[in-house]
Amino acid sequence: MARIIVVTSGKGGVGKTTTSAAISMGLALRGYRTAVIDFDVGLRNLDLIMGCERRVVYDFVNVINGEAALNQALIKDKRCDKLFILPASQTRDKESLTVEGVGKVLGDLSKDFDYIVCDSPAGIERGATMAMYYADDAIVVTNPEVSSVRDSDRMLGILASKSRRAERGEEAIKEYLLLTRYSPQRVKLGEMLSVEDVQDILSLHLLGVIPESKAVLNASNSGVPVILDEKSDAGQAFSDVVRRYLGENVTHRFIDLEKKSLFGRLFGG
Amino acid sequence: MPATHSDSAEFSHAFEIKSGGINLPLLKLLIADVEIISQHLSLKIKQAPDFFRNAPMAIDLHGLDNDNVEIDLAALVRAMRSCGLVPVGVCGGFERQHQAAQAAGLTVLTLARQESPQHAHAQAAKPKTQPEESHGRIVEQPVRSGQRIYAAGGDLVVISQVSAGAEIMADGNIHVYGTLRGRALAGVQGNLGCRIFCLDLQAELVSVGGHYKISENIDDSLRGFPVQIYLQDQSLIIQRI
Repeated sequence: MARIIVVTSGKGGVGKTTTSAAISMGLALRGYRTAVIDFDVGLRNLDLIMGCERRVVYDFVNVINGEAALNQALIKDKRCDKLFILPASQTRDKESLTVEGVGKVLGDLSKDFDYIVCDSPAGIERGATMAMYYADDAIVVTNPEVSSVRDSDRMLGILASKSRRAERGEEAIKEYLLLTRYSPQRVKLGEMLSVEDVQDILSLHLLGVIPESKAVLNASNSGVPVILDEKSDAGQAFSDVVRRYLGENVTHRFIDLEKKSLFGRLFGG
Repeated sequence: MPATHSDSAEFSHAFEIKSGGINLPLLKLLIADVEIISQHLSLKIKQAPDFFRNAPMAIDLHGLDNDNVEIDLAALVRAMRSCGLVPVGVCGGFERQHQAAQAAGLTVLTLARQESPQHAHAQAAKPKTQPEESHGRIVEQPVRSGQRIYAAGGDLVVISQVSAGAEIMADGNIHVYGTLRGRALAGVQGNLGCRIFCLDLQAELVSVGGHYKISENIDDSLRGFPVQIYLQDQSLIIQRI
C-alpha cells in the first residue's frame, strides 16, 4: 500500500507545485517508487515543472473516465526511473474529479507505488478537496505572510473535517508545515513573519524551511525539479525536507542570517 | 392609553421566530414499488398502531440509489395516510421527485448535519428559565479558521488554540486552554450568566448572551493575557485572571 501525501495550501502561488515536484523526485531518488499527480484540472502546470510537457498523451481525467489505462497516462521521468507523473487535463474542469474516480485511480496506483504525491490546486473547491480526501499525510505549504498563514489554517480545518480519514473516524491525517520563500534578511527587517510567528499561529510540526531563491525560478523555467540543483540552497533545503519526512533527524537550516551559526550547527554537535 | 402607544409592544409579544430542531421519523425507501411498500407498511403499523397514530413522517429517498427510478409519490402519500401517518415531506431524491412531492402536498426537507449547527447566532434570544442539563463538549484539536464548533446545552472546553476566522459557541461557558484568536460566543441561547475563559486573549469577537465586543473595542492592555469575560449590568467585563 502506498502512502498518499497531499501538498496543499489554500492560497495560490506559494510553491505547491514546486514542492510536489521536488519532494516526489526526492523520494524517488531515495529508491521509493513514487507517482506524482496534478490535481489542478484546467490549469495544468506540474508537467512543465517536471519537464515532461511534450510527452503528455493521456491525463488524469482520461483515466478516471476510462478513456485510457493508467499505465498509458503515467509518464516515466527521464532522470529517475522510479518516478512517474500523472498530468492533469487542460481541457476539462474540476467537476471531472469524482470521489469514486479519484479513489479508483489512487487505489490502483497504491498497488505499484510506495508514495503518491497529490499536487493540490489553490482554493478550497473540488480540486483541492479531492486532492486531500484520500491523504495519509499533508504537507501544508505556507509563505511567511499573514494571508498565506490564514489560508493554511483554513486548509488544516478542512483536512481535519472533510477527509476520508475524518469521515471514517480513523487516525487523523499527519500534518506538516513547510515554510517556503523564506528570507531571514526580511524577517530581521520586520518585513516578514518569522518561523516562530508562523509556528505560533499554526502550531504544526515544522518539516522544513525553503529559502527564497533564484534557483527555484530557474528550475521551474528549465523543467528540472529544484531538488536536483544540489548546489542551490533551495535544492539542499528540499533534500533535508525529504530526509526529515522519511524520519531522519536533520537540523533545520536557512532559518538564520548568520553563516556562523549555520556552521556551528553543522559541525558543532 | 392611546392605541398607537401599545401597538408595537403588543406585537412584539405576539410570537417569536426561533430556530428549533424536531426529530422526525423517516420512512427510508429501499425499493420504488409503492404497492409492496404499502402492504409492508400497513403490516408494520398494525404491530404498534397507537405509536404511529397521527405520527408525522418524512419520506427518505436517499436509499433509492438509481437516480432515474420512478416512484408514485401521490400513491405513497395516500397509503401512508390510510395507515394513520401524516406524511410531511421528502428528503433526498432529485428535481422531478421534488416536483411530484410538492404536487402531493409535501415539502422538500434537508437532513440536518450535526457538525454544522445552523442556529448559531441566537444573539437576541430570551433568557432560559431553567438551565438545561449540561452535556458540554471537549475539543482537543486546534479549531482552525473556517471551522465552527457548537456545544449545545452545555460548556465548551477547547484544550488547544482557536484560530482567527474560527467560531466557537456554547449554550454554557467557554474555556480555551490556548490562544483565542477567533470568535467565542458563550450563552448563545441567551444565558446571561455564562462566562468565557481563555489563556491568551487575541479574539476577533467575544460575546456573552448576545452582548458582544469586537477586537477593536477590546482594551490593548488585556491582549495576550489570561482573562475571564462576563456580563455585569448589561455590559461585558473583560478581567485578567
